[in-house]
Amino acid sequence: MAAQHGVLTKILAKSQGDLLDAWVKEQKGVLKVSSQGEAAEHSRKFIDGLRAAAEADQLGDINGGAWAQARQALTDISSDQALKGATPGETAMFVFSLKGPLFAALAKEAGKDTDAFAREVWASTVMLDKLGLYTMEVFQKSREEVIRRQQEELLELSTPVVQLWSGILALPLIGTLDSGRTQVVMESLLQEIVKREAEIAIIDITGVPTVDTMVAQHLLKTVSAARLMGADCIISGIRPQIAQTMVHLGVELNVVSKANMADAFALALRSTNRKVVDRTAKDKEAAAIKAAAASAAAGED
Amino acid sequence: MEQIPILRIGDCLLVSIQVDMHDRMAINLQDSLTTRIVETNARGVLIDISALEIVGSFIGRMLNNIASMSRVLDAVTVVVGMRPAVAITLVELGLELPGVKTALNVDRGLLLIRRQIDDGAEHA
Repeated sequence: MAAQHGVLTKILAKSQGDLLDAWVKEQKGVLKVSSQGEAAEHSRKFIDGLRAAAEADQLGDINGGAWAQARQALTDISSDQALKGATPGETAMFVFSLKGPLFAALAKEAGKDTDAFAREVWASTVMLDKLGLYTMEVFQKSREEVIRRQQEELLELSTPVVQLWSGILALPLIGTLDSGRTQVVMESLLQEIVKREAEIAIIDITGVPTVDTMVAQHLLKTVSAARLMGADCIISGIRPQIAQTMVHLGVELNVVSKANMADAFALALRSTNRKVVDRTAKDKEAAAIKAAAASAAAGED
Repeated sequence: MEQIPILRIGDCLLVSIQVDMHDRMAINLQDSLTTRIVETNARGVLIDISALEIVGSFIGRMLNNIASMSRVLDAVTVVVGMRPAVAITLVELGLELPGVKTALNVDRGLLLIRRQIDDGAEHA
């Protein structure tokens, strides 16, 4: 190993600063302006780390202990780029842009010895390719982390249970229902039923784009669980297209369903022995009775 | 031998299950409950399972059985106080207890039984 990277080690020891300057200049062409400042900082750390690895004679094994600092620098820049929304290509170019300056330095150092130059170039290419792959792995991981976090947030956001009246809950569902979401929806609904002592839960599926057999099954599970707790469910907001697809697919929801939330709420009020009264009509009626009584009294006089 | 107390409230019987049941206890409970329904002419049975954290297929079947037996003896069975986690487990197990009526708590359960008995009286 030491023989393969002998020249590189020498270059790093002798002209670390020059190599770094040439590299940072090279990066200007490939990285976004916003990340160049940080990239220069990360590059300095990476070259330091590279030198530490060279001095420990471990240039061949990028997973070795001596690479800790260089790996850290790469991890920092990759996650930084991932968060800033850089493309994978840009991130990979961070490492690959070192090739130009490095090979130039190698050529200068090797002089006329073309065999030694070819050997060194090959060894460095292998090393830089490994580092490039490592960068991509970290980049990918940070992106996945971002996606996972967003998914969790979406899950939290999309399952509100609201109280419409004492004993009447509404659960507006938005987005596709899969088994994971059903679980969260079911849990939060059941907990609210206990907390609010609800008798009726209205599940509104206006925001559910499609209802196939799986979604229907998930809905039915939620309804059954609510029933076991002693609460009745009404499903509302089935759009015309969805009603058609459901019939075509042979999906049957054997629960009370209403076309819209207002109808469902009216049914819920009725089945909890309440009713909504139009005050203006009532007032007119009362006024008419009063007027009749007054005219009757006037007639007596 | 542990026994599950059966309390009488008016013309209803209240059974509160607070310990994990095993086969023997369940059979004893079915036995003494049916006897008591006949003795007291009870019209309703409330089974409170709010203390149970785990309800498996065994208890699920027992609840179904009790409901069917009481129906034969002209009493309405209402299971009350099921916990959310228990409800989810039962649904996942496919035990949706179709023959059993449910209510959120004992209070609601009594109201439900009262309503059922009144409805029954109207139809008769």
